Amino acid sequence: MRVPVSWLRDYVALPNEMSGRDVAALLLSVGFEVEGVETVGDVRGQLVVGRVQSIEELTEFKKPIRWCQVEVGQALGAAETPGIRGIVCGARNFSEGDLVVVALSGTTLPGDFTIATRETYGHISDGMLCSARELGLGDDHSGIIILDAGSAEVGADAFPILGLGDEVLEVAVTPDRGYALSLRGIAREAAIAAGVEFADPADQLADLPVATGDALQAASSDKAACDLLVLRTLANFDPSAPTPGFIKSRLAAVGVRSISLAVDVTNYVMFELGQPLHAFDADKISGAITARRANAGETLETLDHVSRTLDPDDLVIADDSGALSLAGTMGGSSSEISDTTTRIVIEAAHFDSVVVARMSRRHKLSSESSRRFERGVDRMIPPVASARAAQLLIEHGGATYAGTTAVETAPDAELIAFDPQLTARISGHTYENENIANILRSLGCELNDADSTWQVKAPSWRPDLSSPIDLVEEVIRIDGYDKVPTSLPTAPNGRGLTDAQKLRRRVGVFLAGRGLVEVRNYPFMGENELNDLSIASDDVRRNTVKLANPLSDEQPLMRSTLLPGLVSAVNRNTSRGFSDVPLFEIASVSFAVASSSEVPRPSVLAKPNQDEIAKLQALVPNQPTHIGAVITGAIQTSGWWGSSPAATWRDAIEIVLALATELGIQVQVQPSDVAPWHPGRCALIKSGDVVIGLAGELSPRVTAATGLPTRSVAFEINLDELMALANTTPAAPQIWTYPVAKEDIALVVANDIAVADLLACITEAAGELLEDVKLFDIYTGSPIPEGHQSLAFALRFRSSDRTLSADEVASARTAAVLAASNKFGAVLRG
Amino acid sequence: MSAPNKSFDPVEVSTLAPVYLDQQVTAALDAIANASDLDELKAVRLLHTGDRSPLALANREIGALPPAAKAEAGKRMGQARGAVNQALEVKTAELEAKRDEQILLTETVDVTAVSELSLRGSRHPLTTIQEQITDVFLALGYELAEGPEIEAEWFNFDALNIAPNHPARTMQDTFFVEHEDSGLVLRTHTSPVQIRSMLNRELPIYVVCPGRVFRTDELDATHSPVFHQVEALVIDKGITMADLKGTLDHFAQTMFGAGIVTRLRPSYFPFTEPSAEVDLQCFACRGASVDNPSAPCRTCRSEGWIEWGGCGMVNPKVLVACGIDPDVYTGFAFGMGLERTLMFRHGITDMRDMVEGDIRFTRAFGLGG
Ligand SMILES: [Zn+2]
Repeated sequence: MRVPVSWLRDYVALPNEMSGRDVAALLLSVGFEVEGVETVGDVRGQLVVGRVQSIEELTEFKKPIRWCQVEVGQALGAAETPGIRGIVCGARNFSEGDLVVVALSGTTLPGDFTIATRETYGHISDGMLCSARELGLGDDHSGIIILDAGSAEVGADAFPILGLGDEVLEVAVTPDRGYALSLRGIAREAAIAAGVEFADPADQLADLPVATGDALQAASSDKAACDLLVLRTLANFDPSAPTPGFIKSRLAAVGVRSISLAVDVTNYVMFELGQPLHAFDADKISGAITARRANAGETLETLDHVSRTLDPDDLVIADDSGALSLAGTMGGSSSEISDTTTRIVIEAAHFDSVVVARMSRRHKLSSESSRRFERGVDRMIPPVASARAAQLLIEHGGATYAGTTAVETAPDAELIAFDPQLTARISGHTYENENIANILRSLGCELNDADSTWQVKAPSWRPDLSSPIDLVEEVIRIDGYDKVPTSLPTAPNGRGLTDAQKLRRRVGVFLAGRGLVEVRNYPFMGENELNDLSIASDDVRRNTVKLANPLSDEQPLMRSTLLPGLVSAVNRNTSRGFSDVPLFEIASVSFAVASSSEVPRPSVLAKPNQDEIAKLQALVPNQPTHIGAVITGAIQTSGWWGSSPAATWRDAIEIVLALATELGIQVQVQPSDVAPWHPGRCALIKSGDVVIGLAGELSPRVTAATGLPTRSVAFEINLDELMALANTTPAAPQIWTYPVAKEDIALVVANDIAVADLLACITEAAGELLEDVKLFDIYTGSPIPEGHQSLAFALRFRSSDRTLSADEVASARTAAVLAASNKFGAVLRG
Repeated sequence: MSAPNKSFDPVEVSTLAPVYLDQQVTAALDAIANASDLDELKAVRLLHTGDRSPLALANREIGALPPAAKAEAGKRMGQARGAVNQALEVKTAELEAKRDEQILLTETVDVTAVSELSLRGSRHPLTTIQEQITDVFLALGYELAEGPEIEAEWFNFDALNIAPNHPARTMQDTFFVEHEDSGLVLRTHTSPVQIRSMLNRELPIYVVCPGRVFRTDELDATHSPVFHQVEALVIDKGITMADLKGTLDHFAQTMFGAGIVTRLRPSYFPFTEPSAEVDLQCFACRGASVDNPSAPCRTCRSEGWIEWGGCGMVNPKVLVACGIDPDVYTGFAFGMGLERTLMFRHGITDMRDMVEGDIRFTRAFGLGG
């Protein structure tokens, strides 16, 4: 809401020395943020009203030029021509006798253009006749400004006449304060904040003349949606009558283009009083004007020249021929005011805020009018606003008053039972009852404070005040939030983070400790990204949640896997010249639930029951937390000391295994072939029957499709499963101190025997004396037979209670070899 | 060698004469002193203390002396050999130290040639600031509450007194899950976690809820469709706006330094009443830049205050929707944008840096915490 300070001063006796910034600070103190203070027309110097005394046409130049003698008043005339200045002008829209705006020499116009007395076209030009654009008053450069005859004295200061130098505040209005979308509303707040008198413009209206003529009839068939419809009919309107300067300049200041007197007046009154008005051409209307719901299939062409099919939920203003406008939202073309309109009917109504909000949303039409109705308009102002508009049209458009009709449903007189002590209970600050009462009265409330519980009637312009807490807020706000003291409440003894919350932190620190860099990607993805990852159409990761209004049509899905975001982030880094990019992310993914036919919407007037809560929960998709990583290049650095190999499938798998170990989880690794991994280099990691996730090298098809460097590796695991399995209180190991016995064995096995299986077999067979076993070498080639490999294991034996004898160690070793031989055909190598 | 002297004849053995022994000792000590390295010393040791050395040979002659003379000669011999051995020991230690020193010298490296050996992992500042803030409130006895990012509209809007026709519930602000009447949205704030907390937790409630939220803004230098908030919620008997202000001040001081205060400006949120915007006193200039063109402040643009978040007393309608009696309990809630907080705390000038996952950005923040 743009608020010209000069307009504000019409209703609030603000001290003269108060600047726009001071007014902004005043409004801020009562909760209106001022986002900017602008000065209209950056003009410095002398700008005066002149009258064109004579015009001499100069025709000897390429374009027609006028040499004018302009009266500027005795005090300002040139030395040799008292009261007169000679000015050369290129515009042609004026005549002798017209009142014009003269910039005297030395005046600086917007763009830092200073007027100087100079010789031009053979004359000494002593000043300039100004156009609106030259003064920064809009785009009009079709000619110089002509003031209404008799509207100003020759020689008068033109600044106030043009609204120049006025400051305009850009006030942010919160959605509960519809009344503040008007000068009337802002002025009332400014007056309260400044502690000065407020002159309500709604109270300053003179009576309308006696009605003479035929008034159009008003009706409303939906009294809930439209509980007041006022029609004022005017005749004999002069459609060529110009809009008076003060309306033009004020509309320009609030950011509205001047169109015609009739339209400008409705806009002017809307900004003044907050009541949206609509003007119809009465001659284009047949029968009564009715507020009613639209008929199914009914159409209406709105003023923006869009033909709209209406919904039966829409509220329209209609005549016998059909819909004329979308109520409180936008007018229609068929009854639009034109340059031949002489009979005007002004509609001023009170529409239900929800009805307008839904209509505005349905038709994607947000107008100055709908914004106000959605936020709430003063229920009592329509008759006042329409009378004000009628007066302006009578005064400036020569119209005659034909009469008024109205339909009205009387509003409920609702009283708020208010215990003033509630103010202290909410704020922690004590207020005198007298202070509370004064503040409420200054807002326009009527109150009966005879008893301990007061009866408060909120003013009609504050539909947002309906419960005691609303009044509490107003008292604290006007008294000042800065008056509220500070204290620190004492919370009960907290239990700290849950185990799962602690583990999540530990996982992030662990992965970063392994050299991985955390990213936080957007959760949006597209089918294409899943295609690039070779994810099959029946894969669970295709069961995605889809957005109705994605930012990009390329990415309408919520991610079911962290890999697409990680792939993009890795590519962004490689495109910026980095070849070693190890990224990880911890975030939730989602999987769609079968959509339920009925969406639960429990009442908010009481706590929903368990069944309702359960239904709400069932609606929400499963959103497990995943850990994902994509690594390309090395995790170790290369340098003068040598080069480090790129991370391989081993690194991806090992990081997951190490993480599991860190969390005290026993996991098993199985070969797998799930996309997007390389079918021969993909590990499925499980703990018992629980799948933790997948790790390995990405398949060449995937790296080609995504543009990742070849041999990039990745893992994705389910953090929720890890948390469920994690052992947060591991048992301490027994530390035996008897000597260790070390034995190495090399077993030749077929290539398809998994190391993990062989290790499990050896571990079991070697028995309890085995302390540890590690694979330390893999060898293929002569003399190992084709299709086989030699796996060398280092075994460590130790007893808890004695030094092991050579025989004991040998027999444990033999048992291990025998078991490997029996189960996997392993042959002990020489 | 002389035969054992069993007849106790007084026999003169020239090699045991004091003069001779002195000569040998002197010769040995000279040789030891002249040894320049351990190899030379080894040769000297062999020559002067070995089996064939003059002193060793002389020692054998002691047996030839009459018993009365043995003691005297033995003592002399012991002194002579002792002197030589001691000199050897001292010299050995000296030469070994010299050798070791020499080895260390040859092993000298350029210790300035070290650079990063393993790539430095790091955590995203949005992760670590969530932890830092959580810890501030854990220390006060609060607990960390969490909720889903894809959320039921009822939790995100209805229960928070945002009616079905509220302007906030339009496609211009909110991501809706297909189809439009699915009843699901991407949560537009972390406030649904407040509702879940009130429905599921025992009273009183003191929780902090950081998390990812969504609005349909295009990404630019100051906006992102995906961003992070932290909210705190307190529901207890006797909670007032003074408690809200005190808690905000404590939070500000823990994050930005002793003495930093907050300021409340009246505002509107459907789920709180009274509602307020929270401004943070500028921690960089502490207001010294206001109307002081000679010392402008980039952090607060010389305004002295930084817009930080929103807050208010929990609207009684919200309490009622969660089954809490507003005549018994009151509460407050506040929330801040974490991207914004990071931006002014660390001088991040472009929102996109936090979104794009450039390793240079995240690495600057280390492990955090
Ligand atoms: Zn500052």
